[in-house]
Amino acid sequence: MALAMVNVTASVLDWVSSYFDAPTRAVVFGVPIDGHLVVEALLVVVILFQLTRKSYKPPKKPLTEKEIDELCDDWVPEPLTPQITEDMTYEPPTLESAAGPHAIVNGKEVVNFASANYLGLVGNEKITDSCVGALEKYGVGSCGPRGFYGTIDVHLDCEQKIAKFLGTPDSILYSYGISTIFSVIPAFCKKGDIIVADEGVHWAVQNGLYLSRSTVVYFKHNDMKSLENKLEEVTRRSKHPEKVRRYIVVEAIYQNSGQIAPLDEIVRLKEKYRFRIILDESHSFGVLGNSGRGLADHCGVPIEKIDIITAGMGNALATDGGFCTGSVRVVDHQRLSSSGYVFSASLPPYLASAAIAAVDYLEENPSVLSKLRTNIATLFNELSDVPGLVLASHILSPIVFLKLKKSTGTGKTDIDLLDSIAKQALEEDSVLIATTKRSSLDKCKLPIGLRLFVSASHSESDLLKAAASLKRVAALLIS
Amino acid sequence: MVRLPYLTALTTLFSYGILFVFGHLRDFFRKIFDWSKSNNLQGYAPICLGYEDFYTRRLYLRIQDCFGRPISSAPDSWFDVVERYSNDNNKTLHRTEKTTKCLNLGSYNYLGFAAADEYCTPRVIESLKQYSVSTCSTRVDGGTTKLHTELEELVARFVGKPAAVLFGMGYVTNSAIIPALIGKGGLIISDSLNHNSIVNGARGSGATVRVFQHNNAPHLEEVLREQIAHGQPRTHRPWKKIIVIIEGIYSMEGELCKLPEIIAVCKKYKVYTYLDEAHSIGAVGQTGRGVCELLGVDTADIDIMMGTFTKSFGSCGGYIAASKEIIQHLKRTCPAHLYATSMSPPAVQQVISAMKVILGEDGTNRGAKKLAQIRENSNFFRSELQKMGFEVLGDNDSPIMPIMLYNPAKIPAFSRECLHQNVAIVTVAFPATPLLLARARICISAAHSREDLIKALEVISKVGDLVGIKYFPVEPVKPNKVKHLKKIE
Repeated sequence: MALAMVNVTASVLDWVSSYFDAPTRAVVFGVPIDGHLVVEALLVVVILFQLTRKSYKPPKKPLTEKEIDELCDDWVPEPLTPQITEDMTYEPPTLESAAGPHAIVNGKEVVNFASANYLGLVGNEKITDSCVGALEKYGVGSCGPRGFYGTIDVHLDCEQKIAKFLGTPDSILYSYGISTIFSVIPAFCKKGDIIVADEGVHWAVQNGLYLSRSTVVYFKHNDMKSLENKLEEVTRRSKHPEKVRRYIVVEAIYQNSGQIAPLDEIVRLKEKYRFRIILDESHSFGVLGNSGRGLADHCGVPIEKIDIITAGMGNALATDGGFCTGSVRVVDHQRLSSSGYVFSASLPPYLASAAIAAVDYLEENPSVLSKLRTNIATLFNELSDVPGLVLASHILSPIVFLKLKKSTGTGKTDIDLLDSIAKQALEEDSVLIATTKRSSLDKCKLPIGLRLFVSASHSESDLLKAAASLKRVAALLIS
Repeated sequence: MVRLPYLTALTTLFSYGILFVFGHLRDFFRKIFDWSKSNNLQGYAPICLGYEDFYTRRLYLRIQDCFGRPISSAPDSWFDVVERYSNDNNKTLHRTEKTTKCLNLGSYNYLGFAAADEYCTPRVIESLKQYSVSTCSTRVDGGTTKLHTELEELVARFVGKPAAVLFGMGYVTNSAIIPALIGKGGLIISDSLNHNSIVNGARGSGATVRVFQHNNAPHLEEVLREQIAHGQPRTHRPWKKIIVIIEGIYSMEGELCKLPEIIAVCKKYKVYTYLDEAHSIGAVGQTGRGVCELLGVDTADIDIMMGTFTKSFGSCGGYIAASKEIIQHLKRTCPAHLYATSMSPPAVQQVISAMKVILGEDGTNRGAKKLAQIRENSNFFRSELQKMGFEVLGDNDSPIMPIMLYNPAKIPAFSRECLHQNVAIVTVAFPATPLLLARARICISAAHSREDLIKALEVISKVGDLVGIKYFPVEPVKPNKVKHLKKIE
């Protein structure tokens, strides 16, 4: 029987090999096999068989309802806010009168260095009269966004006035100081654009940069060499210069340090590398320059070279709100794509008329600027030898910034020391000064310190009193 | 909910298609003509690339005169609209000296405090003389006055929460508070039709954002269960905290939110709630305390209540009301409190006086009369419009009524024709609403009298017939109302 099988198999193999008549023979595991084509055909059949089988996937088991219920029950959220400890409660001084150079705090009259009232317009008669007129005619609020009957003729007059004062084609009003910059930046910068910003910009600018989703590169605070390096690096890496918009974002006078940006240098760099400038002039509008027109006037740069200028009006102009100015294209673009303009109610009309009156005052009395400059110089002189504190701001900046010569150890102890200096100055000498307070959301790493806002309406005795008080308290508290 | 008939959808799409084609044709010819002119950009990228501003240039500019109309008086029930003309086919508009007196159906003036008021204005002028226009300082430096502390206590009492904090602008309130409450590792679930300020605040916080269907509590529950079970994306760690953000009245729909159901879901899953009452505070509720009072929800169940003073109180600014710990934490970390100029003192005084009138603490019952008047006005107007066959959105008691227009050509037609007849209407199109759902939005005020409303109804009905927006059949008229119908016809 077996012999018959072997005979049959041999004859089949003979037939197959003779049929194919292959010249070479296959060698499998060192054994020559005749009819190797049959082996190869069998291999092909096995491969095809395996390919047609379904591959093994580990079974997907979605969570059952019961399991989801358990997970939801187990989940414990963090408390919404962290625990408030005793030392965290801070009550700011409450004013009982207007925030002029002399104010009443807790029943006592104090010399006020905490208001950015640079031109002394708080309490000005003409401004108050124009506001009273506006209040009686228009009421307080404007009750609508600019697109839906919230545009009042005083808004349009104010925009034209500011544009004429600065020498730009057009300007646009916003209803709140800090919302200006964080609405302007996302309106112009989108994903894929490149922004080079100073590392000392304040929170509103940082928020605008974050919301714009562009690539942001920071350069060292007010360091032009670092700016040039970053611009070079960014230009080298960029692939399509015609399609990518590039911006430099700086402030004219930095809130966090009192430094002034060297605009002529920045304009030279901008033209070399083809960037646009966004300049925030909140603290320099109405302060710098021979006629108060801001940093461009001060540095002698023609205003057309700066693409976008924004400013909050809550400082020199002693009102509220903000504006942005530039070429016609820049301003028109914001009217539909700037979220703080389109989706928010417009500026109350009495604040707009106060702004118009303030700009009128500045045009008619440019001597107030030289008074402000003298005051700043006097205070700067007096404060140059306070024990334990060193002046860190520019000599022309109306924000006089004092930082600690030597840190006391941790950031927290520094803040406590500065707070106690300010508190003692207020209680014992009736001088109101401000310390830098940083929010936990702020990414700025510049040193904190004491800030004095100088006003044109401070008298010489006010300045001397403040300097003397600071020297005395600092000597007591800083060992 | 919007019920969009098929024929209307087709015709609207067709209209947009034609506008699109014409816009592209014009762009094409513009490119050809500009090839010869030299490009004066010199290596700078243009401010808007390609088709980023196609909608603005080719669709919005055609009907630009329907938006941004300037006024030259207080936004009271009747106001003066400044006339404008254009020499270059609506690309630029110029003001004239002439004004027309129109009925105001567009301003957010729910309780009539927009114009000079007999109780509020003298007090505002007094505070202006005492505290001057602005404090030029932040709240923590030297910008807190006695008025600010008084208003914070009054707001907390009015809303029904232990403490409150003020901000100078409603938009900034949302954008700066949400990042202070939640950060990376947290989850924000917001209604799909929330306002732009909430969207910006949520994006600026760094937390993950998910959306649930508008006013749909079962869908919210589904989203919550899925998110809590799966945890953070990619790492599957549990969420640090979850906040659900909803609004009291949605300004483009006029609908109230389904507060009791949503709060029940949130309590079950231990998530925090944030209620934005920008339009509902002072306007709805028996004593004007907003949506919570109207729908019978206890204010202690909502963690954070936000509102603005622009709409019902005729001022500017916003507030947050919550427990004492949350408010103290916000006063320490919120950037809008630490860096922004404090609210202008006359505006603060206006809110104090308006709240006193509403609460009845000024010695009269004007507040109660105003609240009753706005409720009556809203319900009357809405029912009349629905009887005429218009498609009106929104719930009863809500003072906002959108009338659906759909077709892009009807937007300028309705708006311009109403202005000819001295009624000022607000029309809203893309991008504030979805592309196909353009609408005209009416805001009723307590300052409107019954005659004003009847005149408005006449004009709207006439224009509605001309333009063709009565999408629903007119209700059959009862025999004793024949006289009323004759007047409209």
